[in-house]
Amino acid sequence: MNRFLPFSALAVVVSMASPAAAESTVVAVAANFTEPAREIAAAFSEKTGDTAELSFGSTGSLYAQIGQGAPYEVLLAADDERPARAVAEGLAVEGSQFTYAIGTLVLYSADAGRVTGPETLRDAAIGRIAIANPKTAPYGAAAVETMRKLGVYDALKGKIVEGSSIAQTFQFVSTGNAELGFVALSQITGREAGSRWVVPAEDHAPIRQDAVLLEAGSDNETASAFLDFLKGPEAAAIIERYGYGAAG
Amino acid sequence: MTIDTSDILAALVLTLELAGVTTLVLLVIGTPLAWWLARSRSLGADVVGTLVALPLVLPPTVLGFYLLIALGPDGLGGLAGVRSLAFSFSGLVAGSVVYSLPFVVQPIRNAFEAMGERPMEVAATLRASPLDRFFTVAIPLARSGFLTGAVLGFAHTVGEFGVVLMIGGNIPGETRVLSIAIFDYVEQLRYREAHLVAGGMLVFSFLVILAMARIGRNIGTVRP
Repeated sequence: MNRFLPFSALAVVVSMASPAAAESTVVAVAANFTEPAREIAAAFSEKTGDTAELSFGSTGSLYAQIGQGAPYEVLLAADDERPARAVAEGLAVEGSQFTYAIGTLVLYSADAGRVTGPETLRDAAIGRIAIANPKTAPYGAAAVETMRKLGVYDALKGKIVEGSSIAQTFQFVSTGNAELGFVALSQITGREAGSRWVVPAEDHAPIRQDAVLLEAGSDNETASAFLDFLKGPEAAAIIERYGYGAAG
Repeated sequence: MTIDTSDILAALVLTLELAGVTTLVLLVIGTPLAWWLARSRSLGADVVGTLVALPLVLPPTVLGFYLLIALGPDGLGGLAGVRSLAFSFSGLVAGSVVYSLPFVVQPIRNAFEAMGERPMEVAATLRASPLDRFFTVAIPLARSGFLTGAVLGFAHTVGEFGVVLMIGGNIPGETRVLSIAIFDYVEQLRYREAHLVAGGMLVFSFLVILAMARIGRNIGTVRP
């Protein structure tokens, strides 16, 4: 495998040497926003003819990559902390940060009838409950906050399994390996199967999902155009359809 | 920011336990398998030999994905009546056994093949029973293969990441091994911890490969 190393290193050098084509932009997207981001990117290219290339990951890992010089031009984070930090650390353009969506947390099970409401969390027979890593994923932190508020965290603590992102958390639950899980409403939008309880917004601090223009995209008009499109009514309609609260 | 060593220590102990148990399991099931693969010329042996080698080529995510399904409610977990065997130490052992299988079986198989038929035939003329011959002739002659297989199997399990990430669930003391801990630290921008563990892994890997070279030099040239 080592013999391929020089070639991949070369590919990186080449891709960095040639400036990104003016009509495309590279967007780092928090995993929970995968589906709506795809639709928004498609609508964006249909309208403008330009393309937005999407990379998905947990906000934490995307941020770590950006800190190490990843060539992302726009960040759609799952929180408002990481974009603010990017601005503070000189990785993002000041004044470009805005909230594009408010996340909705949902307790989900692939089994029909399993989730009935908050009382499901008091069921002693719960096997495993999946959450996103609370140290890196805002949906994970909101899940912990919700369990604490309901007074069930200590009882459930030993049953928690962590996904590295909300996408992996959903994978644990949808394959049935974890009986229950806290996922993003956007992930189960359009799914009839299973059972769910939409966690009331007052049970945890709002999951403000902020976007920011990164330094690498400060000279790319397509990057700014994509952010403008994200603020517009077409994107808002898509975002709301996936169960996100409208950004205030 | 101080470094939380208890976290790292727990991950280290767990990693060594996982690699140790996996290596033992692999030696037990790998030895008869390697013997059969070394001796048989049947199509079945070639097919099984190919299956054993598959984890060398397949991305760990493929193994992780199939294991997630296989350990879940529609697979072994359902059969065992516990819903899922993922997110548990035994689930990780199962995954690691598949993942590291070729690294143990192949060196042992090679050693058995290099030995040839002759020593076993000679032992047979001295009226040693097949089992006796296997334990007193074949295994000692193939000892460098066993040592290589054990070291490689252990090291490869320590270095496992993709499979554990997909079926582990990051549970401290149960599935949070060192490679996952590094991933976690990097994501949390805790680079000091990440450096500490990653540096340790680098030294460990260097020593393993150096040890392999020494094993080859010292007992690799066994004359029957």
